Amino acid sequence: MNTNSNTYTIIYASVMVVIVAFLLAFVSNSLSSTQKKNEDYDKMKQILHALNIDANEAADVEAEFNKYVKADQIINSKSEVIAEEGGFKIDMKFELAKKLEDRQLPLYLCEVDGVTKYILPLYGNGLWNSIWGYIALDEDKNTVFGVYFDHAGETPGLGAEISTPLFQDQFLNKGLMKDGTIALSVVKNGKVHDHDFEVDGISGGTITSQGVDNMLKNCLGQYDNFLKNK
Amino acid sequence: MSQLFSKKNREIFTAPLGIDNPVTVQVLGICSALAVTAKLEPAIVMGLSVTVIVAFANVIISLIRKTIPNRIRIIVQLVVVAALVTVVSEILKAYAYDVSKQLSVYIGLIITNCILMGRLEAFAMANGPWESFLDGVGNGLGYAKILVIVGLFRELFGSGELLGFKVIPESVYNIGYINNGLMVMPPMALIICACIIWYQRARNKELQEK
Repeated sequence: MNTNSNTYTIIYASVMVVIVAFLLAFVSNSLSSTQKKNEDYDKMKQILHALNIDANEAADVEAEFNKYVKADQIINSKSEVIAEEGGFKIDMKFELAKKLEDRQLPLYLCEVDGVTKYILPLYGNGLWNSIWGYIALDEDKNTVFGVYFDHAGETPGLGAEISTPLFQDQFLNKGLMKDGTIALSVVKNGKVHDHDFEVDGISGGTITSQGVDNMLKNCLGQYDNFLKNK
Repeated sequence: MSQLFSKKNREIFTAPLGIDNPVTVQVLGICSALAVTAKLEPAIVMGLSVTVIVAFANVIISLIRKTIPNRIRIIVQLVVVAALVTVVSEILKAYAYDVSKQLSVYIGLIITNCILMGRLEAFAMANGPWESFLDGVGNGLGYAKILVIVGLFRELFGSGELLGFKVIPESVYNIGYINNGLMVMPPMALIICACIIWYQRARNKELQEK
């Protein structure tokens, strides 16, 4: 057979593309439910991490999650509750693109050892790609109980250090608001003046550190009314 | 059986590990050697993923090599590689979510790794499936070897750790030792690669130009 003829080449290409398309569609379709479950479990682990609970070894992540997280409300920027549940399904990336008044903001009501905690989601940009996280607040809505940060592709060893306990533990027990504005911030390494509100950035990871700082200001700013409403 | 591991076949497997290494001698796949070697762990996983994918892509291309129209052979190779990488990445996402999260974009970048195209074009198009498989595994491991060496140096001197464990004791830091920040930057990967090439050429007379 002449494998160099035009007809053969075109038929070969078409058949190949169809076969590969079916193969990939089949693989993607048959694995998608498992993948979705993995993603949800991963999100639950991240939220639990903000409560300083390590769910990585937990046999049933969902049970562990439901034990601590009592409700996933949706509120708006005026702090009115829109829905009692469904906050878990909301992707902050899309909400941040909307106008502030239209945003659906997730609010997780949690209970650790009988004390109420609030968890707010964070989303922003680092140096190379998006960064996100969760911040857990005490009942007074003004003290950080725990944080979780992660990133899609920051420089390993530099910006990527935001996902390590070394960086995250600095946030514990910091204050959130001062004189009605968000005062919790990440400053250049070694330039911390106000120990109640500021944490050290990562040396060599300046842009990622600034990204975390902007993310905190930006995302917590949306909850302004909720945070002031004591 | 003896035919499967004949002297020629053994050579196909061992040459890429030393005298014909894809990174240091053929200078292929340098880009990913920069990207994933700041830490040792992603370097190891990347090396293994490339080994698996280059081996299977080699076998598939070798099996269909006689039917491939000459004019679109590069496209056919690319489609096979891309499909394979996508399948592997989907499977990782479903059954090894943590690993796939850690590798994030790098797994997709395997598609653009020059070693794959290089081996498919240079070897699999002209040899049988078994030889191609050996060649793929050999080249993958040869690539992994360099990645691991580079990753080892960069993590050790850049972060003072290996696989996330502190290696350089606190007392050394107290004397005044500090981690070399340049080590985690991309240029250092090239410099280490160059040092490996230098060492290898100095040792092997055959690799030296007249």
